[in-house]
Amino acid sequence: MGELWPWIAMLGLGAFHGINPAMGWLFAVALGLHRGQRQVVLLSLIPLALGHALAIGATLAVVALVGRMLDPGILGVGAGVLLIGWGGYHAVRGHRYRLQVGMQTGMAGLLLWSFVMALAHGAGLMLLPVFMAWLDSQQGHLSAASFPTLLLAVAGVAVHTLAMFTVAGVSAVAAYEWVGLAVLRHGWVNLDWLWSAALIGVGVVLLVTF
Amino acid sequence: MTTWTPDPTFYPSPRLAMQAPAETLAYVALLDAAGANRPDALGVVDVQPGSSRYGQLIGQVDLPNVGDELHHFGWNACSSCLCPYAPHPHMERRYLIVPGLRSSRIHVFDVKPDPRQPRLVKVIQPEVLAARTDYSRPHTIHCGPEGIYATALGNAEGKGPGGIFLMDHETFEIRGRWEVNRGPQQFAYDAWWHLGYDTMVSSEWGTPDMIEEGLVPELLLQGKYGHYLHFWDLQRRRHRQAVDLGAQQQMVLELRPAHDPTRAYGFAGVVLSLEDLSASVWLWHRANGNGDWAVRKVIEIPAEPATEEQLPPLLKAFKAVPPLVTDIDLSLDDRFLYVSCWGTGELRQYDVSDPFQPVQTGSCRLGGIVARAAHPASGPLNGGPQMVELSRDGRRVYLTNSLYRVWDEQFYPEGIAGWMVKLDVAPEGGMQPDPNFFLPFDPALRPHQVRLEGGDASSDSFCYP
Repeated sequence: MGELWPWIAMLGLGAFHGINPAMGWLFAVALGLHRGQRQVVLLSLIPLALGHALAIGATLAVVALVGRMLDPGILGVGAGVLLIGWGGYHAVRGHRYRLQVGMQTGMAGLLLWSFVMALAHGAGLMLLPVFMAWLDSQQGHLSAASFPTLLLAVAGVAVHTLAMFTVAGVSAVAAYEWVGLAVLRHGWVNLDWLWSAALIGVGVVLLVTF
Repeated sequence: MTTWTPDPTFYPSPRLAMQAPAETLAYVALLDAAGANRPDALGVVDVQPGSSRYGQLIGQVDLPNVGDELHHFGWNACSSCLCPYAPHPHMERRYLIVPGLRSSRIHVFDVKPDPRQPRLVKVIQPEVLAARTDYSRPHTIHCGPEGIYATALGNAEGKGPGGIFLMDHETFEIRGRWEVNRGPQQFAYDAWWHLGYDTMVSSEWGTPDMIEEGLVPELLLQGKYGHYLHFWDLQRRRHRQAVDLGAQQQMVLELRPAHDPTRAYGFAGVVLSLEDLSASVWLWHRANGNGDWAVRKVIEIPAEPATEEQLPPLLKAFKAVPPLVTDIDLSLDDRFLYVSCWGTGELRQYDVSDPFQPVQTGSCRLGGIVARAAHPASGPLNGGPQMVELSRDGRRVYLTNSLYRVWDEQFYPEGIAGWMVKLDVAPEGGMQPDPNFFLPFDPALRPHQVRLEGGDASSDSFCYP
């Protein structure tokens, strides 16, 4: 608990998702422009952030459940392999997800969209090293007794999501109010490449560590 | 195939796309005039003013087979890649998808290595298209949120229903039929969408057995060709509404929805009215808050009187030339609508700032069944303005004069002598032929659709206003 790096990682990854146009803020801006209402921009970010948090929470919950049955070493290696595999998959197919959610969608559609986008990106998987460090500090067992770990996980997801929401909100408002969307033409760099590389890199670190 | 930043030809909005640099090349579909003598070809035309070969054919790639009948074609990727709900911005606008309307063979050309000499990189055989979709006669190609959308005039047997299928925009594999539920729709021709309203619109020509041997007068006079517009749920791929323009309105062809995704209206061209041989343009628009669509005729172009001697056998009895509106095009600012009258030989320009009240702002006469109007750089012309393509900035119009091989001969019995011209458009309306741009083609080849380097006014769709 005393270590700072897991929190910085949670914040940083949240900010990374937040700034990625493909993870929601651009959708919010488009809806605001389409409806001609600036409050739609910010309102849309709420279900987008919620969907993201749910996807991460779901991933961590699954890992926690699996973690109860596995030796920490195996869990670490498994997570490493999963991250590398996901990174490879994401590099090849990551930009191809399609949902039946378009410009006429409502809040529930935005939540679903964000949930699926976060799952597809492996946003929760990327948090595994942090989560496992916390597990480790609790001797690797997530049982009913390890309430602090659960609390840490919830707090971690909250911090991550808040960082995402804040950065996405600033990006969206800046794009909507001042910058304009022409910035996308040169500014929308291929974050998918960075993300795939990060997934693989973290997976390798896990494999080496465990 | 992915890139670090978006393709420079992708623009978030039509307003931004209008600031794009002027095109220097135009691609044109060239079809074998005889239908069985030589392969069709993809031509490349130099459209850069000041170039030593301005207005000339500077590249030509023949297809591997004979009898394809090239017609319409389109890009693998365009500005819709920037859409927020299905983003894939790091692709390249690099491949031209070129279907053979008669052969059902689909060709993929790579224009990146040498834009002046496109390279054929893939051919999808009609058997594959039939096996994956049970469709044939691929027509319109649009890059869109889920990949490449293509319309097909008929099923594998050359009958109905025609419809829409999807292609992967990276591998070009045929992904399958687009429709989950087609409702009453049987005929197909063009399809485009309102991305802002999750709505697909499709139009009707006729099934392959109604067109491939020529226009069938008996079917026409009975009002058997297509006269509906169809509206679909773009996300759920379900038919929502069929709107009948009336059986006398024969052949609803080109669809031009407003480019601004917040505007819920568009224009459809109708070739012929059985009442008086007039042609028309119809506006579709949102009728109410339920998402229903309504249509109304906003432009009517009358037939022009003629003597029997001036007319081909098909038209002699009517003693008039029908305008035959076969193509329309809308400028990226949704301000000017261009209307091709292939029969009378005229291109009209309308100010459609108020889409319910178009105001004619320009006219250019070229060719025509009776008029044979000349270009400043030509003698009398046959054929007429048919495919019309407009530059992204709205300042240059490109026209070609062939419609569809077997139909060409019915209206122009001597056969079409192919040409391509360019018109210059004044910012506030009005247009003039560029006297230095008249491109006559080899008599063995006829030009059809033109696509401009980097995109044009009918290639891209946008998710932001």
